[in-house]
Amino acid sequence: MTLPLTPSQTVGPFFRIGLSTTIGSHVIGEGMPGAIRISGQVLDGAGEPVPDALIETWQPEGAGRCATDEEGHFAIVTSKPQDGAANGAPHLDVSVFARGLLTRLVTRMFFPDESAANDADPVLRTLSPTERATLVAVREEGGLRFDIHLQGAGETVFFDR
Amino acid sequence: MEAPSRSVHPPNDFPGYRSTALRAPKQPLRVLPGRLGELTAPLLAGETIGLLDHDLTRQHDGDPLGERISISGRVLDDDGNPVAGALIELWQANAAGRYAHLSDQHPAPLDPNFSGAGRCLTDVEGGYRFVTVKPGAYPWRNHPNAWRPAHVHFSVFTPAIAQRLVTQMYFPGDPLFDQDPIFNSVPDADSRRRLVARWSLELTEPEWSLGYAWDIVVAGRDATPLDDDPSE
Repeated sequence: MTLPLTPSQTVGPFFRIGLSTTIGSHVIGEGMPGAIRISGQVLDGAGEPVPDALIETWQPEGAGRCATDEEGHFAIVTSKPQDGAANGAPHLDVSVFARGLLTRLVTRMFFPDESAANDADPVLRTLSPTERATLVAVREEGGLRFDIHLQGAGETVFFDR
Repeated sequence: MEAPSRSVHPPNDFPGYRSTALRAPKQPLRVLPGRLGELTAPLLAGETIGLLDHDLTRQHDGDPLGERISISGRVLDDDGNPVAGALIELWQANAAGRYAHLSDQHPAPLDPNFSGAGRCLTDVEGGYRFVTVKPGAYPWRNHPNAWRPAHVHFSVFTPAIAQRLVTQMYFPGDPLFDQDPIFNSVPDADSRRRLVARWSLELTEPEWSLGYAWDIVVAGRDATPLDDDPSE
């Protein structure tokens, strides 16, 4: 390493004016083959919704981005990654930015219909059942639900960047 | 307890910044077995950046009020390689310290000729340039009589997830640095200095605008999640 990195700072409360539309909430079009709607709620340590968070999903097929609404909800339409077994069970890498977060948080979302692959996944295998449950989306009408608990009971497992 | 961190980044658990209290995770971050940097996503398929998206002073019929400035520099990785094609998005308060955002309640005037957002893609040398006005300082409710130093928000988005960075650029000599917990959340002074742009005579256009230089260094594409600690 030769050059020191530029430090992170919080996105603050007003990021919507700068990060609104360039990267959108649709990695693929709704109704395309394989399209899955992933929705969720971002909650703080008091269980209150976080209305000023930004969620980004990363996978080989593309990146998605959605700001939370007044109730802390976000929704991203994408597909299940098709990158083979080398990376473990299929998953989305998820970044969370918010007022009150000085650096982004990184987590992973796994798919509920991949129990065998999830059981063998090198990341999920290291977690307790409670922790593991925070990373596996649950089925709901119209897609999958992936809530993100920044703190407190059921705190989502986050990873070192 | 963890060994002293060599990270340049702020900890999320930083009580001086009050909003961290209910939002910073309490559990330690886990280590991923793989290399986060290997994960890449195609960037912005079909996305077009407008020719004037980098110029925040030309988005309306009239000129915005304030001190006209340019901010330019390069995006590099930590080996010094230019990061070409990175999407840089920028947002800021107007010259009076007010954001064009519904939630901003600071009783400073909005400027009908200033929206405060811009974007560009870095060129083959990693270079970027924005034209804007210098943002004003503004009060916030973190602690009694708290004021944010003038700053510009920067988001850097490349196809490599390990390089993702959102940060803030500050202006040299700002008297408000010492009382600002967000600036001071960065653990060491050298790292904090790297958030401060340099005023440049060469970049200053005579009779027109002040020039500021600011380079941004992001992780390498093959960065390991754990710095490079050999003891794991």
